[in-house]
Amino acid sequence: MTNESPVLAAPKPRKSGFFESRSPTAMLLRQLGRRPLTLIAAGLLAAVVVIALFSPWLTPYDPMKMDILNRLKPPTTAHWLGTDEFGRDVLARIMLGARLSLLVSFLVVIFATVMGTLLGLLGGYVRALDGVLMRFTDALMAFPDILLAIAFLAALGPSLFNVVLALGVVYTPRVARVVRAATLVIRELPFVEAATALGVSTPRIIRVHVLPNLMSPIIVQATFIFAFAILTEAALSFLGVGVPPTTPTWGNMIAGAQQYIRQADWLILFPGFAIVLTVLALQMVGDGLRDALDPRLQKVT
Amino acid sequence: MPASLEPLLRVRGLAKHFPVRGGLLQRPVGWVKAVDDVSFDVNRHEVLGLVGESGSGKTTAGRAILRLIEPTAGSVQFDGQEITGLPPHEMRMQRRRMQIIFQDPYASLNPRQRVRELIGEAFIVHGIGTPHDRRDRTAALLEKVGLMADAMDRYPHEFSGGQRQRIGIARALAVAPDFIVADEPVSALDVSVQAQVINLLRDLQRELGLSLLFIAHDLAVVRFISDRVAVMYLGRIMEMASSTRLYERPRHPYTLALMSAAPTPDPDAKRDRILLEGDIPSPLNPPTGCVFRTRCRFATPACAMAEARNLREVEPGHFVSCIRDDIA
Repeated sequence: MTNESPVLAAPKPRKSGFFESRSPTAMLLRQLGRRPLTLIAAGLLAAVVVIALFSPWLTPYDPMKMDILNRLKPPTTAHWLGTDEFGRDVLARIMLGARLSLLVSFLVVIFATVMGTLLGLLGGYVRALDGVLMRFTDALMAFPDILLAIAFLAALGPSLFNVVLALGVVYTPRVARVVRAATLVIRELPFVEAATALGVSTPRIIRVHVLPNLMSPIIVQATFIFAFAILTEAALSFLGVGVPPTTPTWGNMIAGAQQYIRQADWLILFPGFAIVLTVLALQMVGDGLRDALDPRLQKVT
Repeated sequence: MPASLEPLLRVRGLAKHFPVRGGLLQRPVGWVKAVDDVSFDVNRHEVLGLVGESGSGKTTAGRAILRLIEPTAGSVQFDGQEITGLPPHEMRMQRRRMQIIFQDPYASLNPRQRVRELIGEAFIVHGIGTPHDRRDRTAALLEKVGLMADAMDRYPHEFSGGQRQRIGIARALAVAPDFIVADEPVSALDVSVQAQVINLLRDLQRELGLSLLFIAHDLAVVRFISDRVAVMYLGRIMEMASSTRLYERPRHPYTLALMSAAPTPDPDAKRDRILLEGDIPSPLNPPTGCVFRTRCRFATPACAMAEARNLREVEPGHFVSCIRDDIA
């Protein structure tokens, strides 16, 4: 080639290792690492998840074992967070409750993100369906979260599966809106046009070019929905329409402790703390992710 | 005429009108005629430059030819085959022969794909090569555009604008096309890098015998690379001639004005600037007859007539849409 321009060398290759890598994901993780608050929140969250996963082996007492002699005891060295009206250890029950509360919320997040992403892509790509879909999500979002969930549960009856279904339907529109908006932007970007010009089929364009670039807003939304779902699930249990009260969830524990609030306020306080800490940690991680992914804050080189 | 002498691309009466919607029901209340009745040929191994100011419809024309936006009317024949009515599947096959290089080297590469995946997509979609030799093919393409083969494992954000434009060129070349629309491929780059990329494009065009539709607003760049040049204004072609003829002896008042506005390297050169008054008219409501007449100092009442729109061949291969012969 009679080209007078020099052969341009790419910048020196980095040695392997994930944190040396310059993939978009690795860059995001490094961005997050620079935010101490996000790191603390993520650490707290990780601890909650570990407790939830391994609670059957970690609990100091059997969470179901009653001990009538030691009922409604305040926190002591034997029972760190006291005992409830049947003498069951509160700490053990909170640890087991974490399992269910997180499981329900996690399933809600999965349901809402999958359904929301599908609906959002559909609305963003099939313009004929867009109007109908978005008015439908508007209608769903017009109801307060709890009211809509209660209506679903009243119709379906309380069970763990129905709680997931009800909350999943409630939070699907949030994902759908975000995904639709982002899809409308991405589908017009030159790299999508380049793929079209290359002869790439529409399904492959959505899979290879649109979806990976939607991951950031979806993950941010999923984090916030996780937090909302924990709160709403607790509220549903508290109102007695959630997971049946025999199962210890944080909301059920607070609901059961109502009548003892004068004698044993720790019964309400500690599950409440668990909810607040987990939700706060999730919100902070979500904020951190959102800021780290905000293109206005990103420097290209 | 033998097939090889026929033009590779034959565009006739191409038009793209965008609806302007308004009112409660979002009905079209008017049409923006971004491209209106444009006809030209691109011969085999030829570079046709398409110049015009922003809003002249040159980019829309390039997109409509590749059916990246559907043309409203007109015919596009590629190697003898009409492509405007092709069903999606056949059009995708056709895309192997016609490619595009984009203006913005940042937005035109998917930030989540490695260079190897960016270029390799062409191989996968068109079933070129085996999975084994695709890596070698990618390396060869990168070398062809002046990048090191180790660039293939990196992400677009690790490259400079000029390097990214080279990646975009490599992607367009991956399918070994006959025809490429280069949509302002250097206007987003630094001047020093512009020269490198233009030289690369010219060398590749000669080496591979490509036909190019080179869209730009920089007259000097177009003159350097083009065999023939078409000047667009308000969605129409004003003048079209061989590069040498057009720059030596422009015949249309708009071309004259455009040339006089281009900077010259010699600071002492006496320049006769033709200053156009007013703005480019709204394409929503273009002037009747010659679309340039509202800003033309040679305009006569006859310019408002419908015939003033047509291109006339004033000498072999030199087409002008102006009805006056006494200007230049």
